[in-house]
Amino acid sequence: MAEIRKDAPIDISEDANRELLNDVERGLYDFKDEEREEDFYKVDEGLTEEIVRQISEEKHDPEWMLEFRLKSLKIYHELKVPDWGPPIDGLNMDQIVTYVRSKTGMKGSWEEVPEDIKNAFEKLGIPQAEREALAGVGAQYDSELVYHNVRKDVEEQGVVYTDMESALTGKYAEMVREHFMKLVPPTDHKFAALHGAVWSGGSFVYVPPGTKVDIPLQSYFRLNAPGAGQFEHTLIIVDEGADVHFIEGCSAPKYNVANLHAGCVELFVGKNAHLRYSTIENWSKNMYNLNTKRAICEEGGTIEWISGSFGSHVSYLYPTSVLKGDHSHAEFTGITFAGKGQNLDTGAKMIHLGKNTSSFIDTKSVCKSGGISTYRSSVEIRRQAEGAKASVNCGSLMLDSISRSDTVPAMDIRTDKADVGHEAKIGRISDEAVFYMMSRGISEAEARAMIVSGFANPVSKELPLEYAAEMNNLIKLEMEMG
Amino acid sequence: MAENILEIKGLSAGLANEGEEILHGIDLQVGKGETHVLMGPNGAGKSTLGNVIMGSPVYKVSKGQILLEGGEITKDSVDARAKKGIFLSFQNPLEVPGLSMEAFLRNAIREKTGKPVKIFQFKKKIEETLKLLDMDASYVERDLNVGFSGGEKKKAEIFQLLLLEPKLAILDETDSGLDVDAVRTVSKGIEIFRQNGGTLLIITHSTRILDALTVDHTHVLVDGRIVKHGDGTLVDEINRGGYAKYIG
Repeated sequence: MAEIRKDAPIDISEDANRELLNDVERGLYDFKDEEREEDFYKVDEGLTEEIVRQISEEKHDPEWMLEFRLKSLKIYHELKVPDWGPPIDGLNMDQIVTYVRSKTGMKGSWEEVPEDIKNAFEKLGIPQAEREALAGVGAQYDSELVYHNVRKDVEEQGVVYTDMESALTGKYAEMVREHFMKLVPPTDHKFAALHGAVWSGGSFVYVPPGTKVDIPLQSYFRLNAPGAGQFEHTLIIVDEGADVHFIEGCSAPKYNVANLHAGCVELFVGKNAHLRYSTIENWSKNMYNLNTKRAICEEGGTIEWISGSFGSHVSYLYPTSVLKGDHSHAEFTGITFAGKGQNLDTGAKMIHLGKNTSSFIDTKSVCKSGGISTYRSSVEIRRQAEGAKASVNCGSLMLDSISRSDTVPAMDIRTDKADVGHEAKIGRISDEAVFYMMSRGISEAEARAMIVSGFANPVSKELPLEYAAEMNNLIKLEMEMG
Repeated sequence: MAENILEIKGLSAGLANEGEEILHGIDLQVGKGETHVLMGPNGAGKSTLGNVIMGSPVYKVSKGQILLEGGEITKDSVDARAKKGIFLSFQNPLEVPGLSMEAFLRNAIREKTGKPVKIFQFKKKIEETLKLLDMDASYVERDLNVGFSGGEKKKAEIFQLLLLEPKLAILDETDSGLDVDAVRTVSKGIEIFRQNGGTLLIITHSTRILDALTVDHTHVLVDGRIVKHGDGTLVDEINRGGYAKYIG
């Protein structure tokens, strides 16, 4: 049911033309480093078996991983590019250097990280975050982790937080093998197959039974080479009764060559375990963000997604929660901001398998300057999932009359014994609200930015303070841009 | 005669998207520190006048001038007028989800002064003002006007008035639909504002909050024209006789 309130700042009925805000140079996040070419190793452009073998060899993959990559490559060539979402014809896989890796190896302490790489991270605030007692930093530079540090107390709890490469051969190699791309198989879609073939970098987290990690684990990664794709893999396993919050933040500099991001996130939430997975993605505006994220919950397990999607040229992003165990629970809280030249297709997917499972989707989207934002969700309640409850709530805010907002909420309910609710609102900022705020001395631009920040508040209030502040800055930046 | 804070000369205005005039050649002077009441039947254009003084984009001025402390503001933006010292309390204050009243006011003060707000001072002022108005501290933490009752909204407007300290406050139907408790708070806030030297233009068609106030001047607006100027006793006269003698 659409709800219309006269005194709300988001006016649903009026269709007012409004002036576009001035084009302001996006300086804060689109920085790029001067790099020394010889420090970097690149494979030939385009994707062949030869390249995949080369990647595997470079990374000292175990034998099964090479086989996995080659199998995935075969599937990749067989599958078609999805045709149901925003166009991605600007993406030419033959032109994308699939793998760029800094020659720098893993570093245990900040001081040992090379200066140019360090500078990039300085701008992203990594060392500050470290100082602020975050549990661990796994920062990915291009495709490889260059900095990784897990604080001692977390390590002593038995928590494993490492890069995927080490995890493949380390103490938890068998566990990784058992879970790797089991939730998102390469057959899932073309870009999952691509990921299986060329994945590189990412994080592995294992939280042992009953362990509660008090401070969030965080990882910050971004792309930094022209034409390079990034295919990091995140695998998190939260064992029975354990509890952890993982934060992933991304930002990337701007380039002219089409960039591709096809990462993969697999989250395994054990019996009565709790995982909160927060992301702020801020991709450069030429990025194709075709990311796949999926979680599975055992009995009584809870997954909470907090997601802020900014930047990118095109995004396909629908974090999926599979509620396998009875009484398991999933929540998705997200915001998407589509500006000029952006077509962002985002949402969430909930699959109820177990009895008395519950899911809750709350999304916000903002579009301006001709940006297209599509909310796409799917709630499936299978026949056996008696007593399931699902609620979907999506709000869209259009900041001008040349932008576009679509809502595509699919529901597939196979049992009568389920409780499902859906609410969608699409609106504009009301002139009356802007007038009200201006009458207290606030400028028009500031009034609009404050209304949009308020609209995004359900998401930002779920984030740790520093991330919420960054998100508000991003919103401000996006509002100022043409 | 006190120095004029507001002077309106031959002001005609109507809706921006329609040609028709609502206000026809209004002349009005409001002296510094005075309390003026603008009365009139429903649809006379009282709220329009308040909105036009504030610079609402809904209306267009076709003739005349508005001066604040002798300087013309007829073409100023809304926020520029607010920065110069005009405050308009709304009949129906707008709700802004996700934005706390405290954050809203902090931004407003920062933009008005052009300086970052000193948090300690700001908090102290909030505390004192809440106490003066006998209002609950939760007001400032709640989202701006969201889920506020009619009375709460009006009280919140008066709270904002005292915190922002404008030179001229235009209160639009501030007493409509208020319970006794809210009337008390609003009256008290208005009295404090006055004692601090504030100038008031109260737009109303009822007179409940006026009982406790000393009114300096009364203006009666009918069909977009001021048909009668008088002193405070005019309020009582209208209370007894209504607007009948001014209509037609």
